[in-house]
Amino acid sequence: MTLRDDKVTLSHGGGGKAMRDLIAEVFTSVFEPTSREDQARLTHEALLETGAQLAFTTDSYVVTPVEFPGGDIGKIAVCGTVNDLAVGGAKPLWLSAAFIIEEGTEIALLRRIVASMKAEADKAGVKIVTGDTKVVGRGSADKVFITTSGVGVIPAGRDLRADMIQAGDVAIVNGVLGDHGATILAARGDMMLSSDLKSDCAALGHLMEATCTAVPVRACRDATRGGIASALNEMAEAAGCAIEIDEAALPLRAEVKGTCEILGLDPLYLANEGTLVLFVPAEHADAALAAMRSVDTGKGATIIGQAKEGAPMVTMRTAFGGSRIVDMLVGEQLPRIC
Amino acid sequence: MRYVEEFRDPTAAKALLAEIEKVTKQIGATKEKPVHIMEICGGHTHAIFRYGLDRLTPEGIEFIHGPGCPVCVLPMSRVDECVQIAEKPNVIFTTFGDAMRVPGTKKSLLQAKADGADIRMVYSPLDALELARRNPDKEVVFFGLGFETTTPSTALSIQQAARDGLTNFSVFCNHITVPEPIKALLDDPYMMLDGFVGPGHVSMVIGVHPYDFIARDYGKPIVVAGFEPLDLLQSVLMVLTQIRDGRAEVENQYARIVPEHGNPISIAAINDVYERRPSFEWRGLGEIDASGLKIRDSYKAFDAEEKFGIGYAAGPRVVQEPDGCECGAVMTGRMKPTACPQFGKGCTPEMPLGALMVSSEGACAAYWQYGGRRAAEPAE
Repeated sequence: MTLRDDKVTLSHGGGGKAMRDLIAEVFTSVFEPTSREDQARLTHEALLETGAQLAFTTDSYVVTPVEFPGGDIGKIAVCGTVNDLAVGGAKPLWLSAAFIIEEGTEIALLRRIVASMKAEADKAGVKIVTGDTKVVGRGSADKVFITTSGVGVIPAGRDLRADMIQAGDVAIVNGVLGDHGATILAARGDMMLSSDLKSDCAALGHLMEATCTAVPVRACRDATRGGIASALNEMAEAAGCAIEIDEAALPLRAEVKGTCEILGLDPLYLANEGTLVLFVPAEHADAALAAMRSVDTGKGATIIGQAKEGAPMVTMRTAFGGSRIVDMLVGEQLPRIC
Repeated sequence: MRYVEEFRDPTAAKALLAEIEKVTKQIGATKEKPVHIMEICGGHTHAIFRYGLDRLTPEGIEFIHGPGCPVCVLPMSRVDECVQIAEKPNVIFTTFGDAMRVPGTKKSLLQAKADGADIRMVYSPLDALELARRNPDKEVVFFGLGFETTTPSTALSIQQAARDGLTNFSVFCNHITVPEPIKALLDDPYMMLDGFVGPGHVSMVIGVHPYDFIARDYGKPIVVAGFEPLDLLQSVLMVLTQIRDGRAEVENQYARIVPEHGNPISIAAINDVYERRPSFEWRGLGEIDASGLKIRDSYKAFDAEEKFGIGYAAGPRVVQEPDGCECGAVMTGRMKPTACPQFGKGCTPEMPLGALMVSSEGACAAYWQYGGRRAAEPAE
């Protein structure tokens, strides 16, 4: 062990010995990339199949606080990118991870984040094969920002696209909505809300693999920023048809509903990190539910609505017996005055 | 969620709706000759659309959406003054979240923040007070905004700042009151309102008697209402029943929350800290007599208008409204949001032109969010 500092200083970004020590001790000793060159060199049998497609995605992660009940920024950075691959029907294989670290960040915090990335990657069956670190001055970042890119393989014949959705297809979610968003709100502490909520943060590769193997999934999205409402609106637009959801069928925890009531927020717009919505032809709905429920992350799978003929918009049958439009979010949700 | 879901029970709603249908018929109200009921509060407008009550109630009832949304009635000039204060060096400007997006003549607070002003969202004026304690070298200004619901908490924070001897905390006071604009609406020669649904949370503070003049002097019924769909349906039924029976009274549907005489501690704090301004500017409605509150001289040290010499403290004011904006007509009930030529065209939640599209509680924003797009499209 040559890394003696408790906190990251600008010298850890200077390109010299301090940087080498930080990378070796905190990052590569855990991720164990096979290549010591400047690039990962990859091959996989799934790629040899005729008609197989490479899937490639990237995402940056910023979250305050960086550690929260149910996860941390590292776990989100792995799950989020794995999920971006998985919802396209790809088997996630490799990730890159780039860290922008604020001067003064505790090295112990970095170690915890890296450990949770490693654990999550192992669980999801992906390898973190290449990476980068940069250190920026105090105030130029908020502790740590992470960018992960992911590569996966879509098997031949699998083609998930929102424009494949047809009227009559059913919409299925894998579990409760809004837990992550409500957890982060409570964890920020300025609302003085206490709850037992945990982030739903989870990698969904295995869930998608089980579902796609069992039934012809038309399309899938993960309901991250902007919540389930934004995911459904995107899909309605791409599909050119209406989507109607049923308020009474939405899986929402009482704590999430309560948090939203107090703050004047709509749970349909709360972020999720382990929730997806997929469409399957109605005749495959039961098989899809069974396949999803056979996987841990799909235990709570349930039908929330259906695609319909009509102008591309999302509507909701309210539990009260009315109907309303569920629009895209404008800007971000702001708590109301009264 | 106990105490919430009971008030959203569809079976109970059916019974109330049947009763509403019956009384509407007895009154003889029709689509062509409807009864006009104003829900004063933006929270009620929001609930009406969220639960589709406008479509569940008979066509003989027309809801007119009142001025009870503090963000909506905030004039552009006051937003400009917020930006002016926020952009001063050494100032931390604190505000409730939904005031961030309100356009001023040049920019909103959100844009000012992007331009470098230190603007922070808080959930209570007490959070602003805490910021002042932790930043003794900064001037912390709280954007005091809202009706009688938020006025007491600002008053309490000013009292607390005075007790603590803080010198770096002040309030930019835009607190307004509900009864005065209602009087202004009732004095409007175009007025066609038949009854009111009153904001329950305002009465939780001030009680029901400040509305006595509505029944006594203008002969109109008013029912102070809760915010869940069953509360609203029951209140509408109570208004209709008064109309049918030829009565004009102040009734309290929200008795589980609203005491007849309000909350004496809150009222005492309000009276200790504030006095009436001679008049205050409302977006879309102009200056309304005695409708705004000013921080009393005894707490002058905490009045941002005095501290920075702006706003009403700076002298006569010019009222500016964007061209083509019909918010005034909508707010007085002369025009439906969808009848405004700008609705959905020059004015959307993304690019609000008028006040009523700005806040999520504004009537136009509610129309848009919960079905306005449908209304704005040609009928099939």
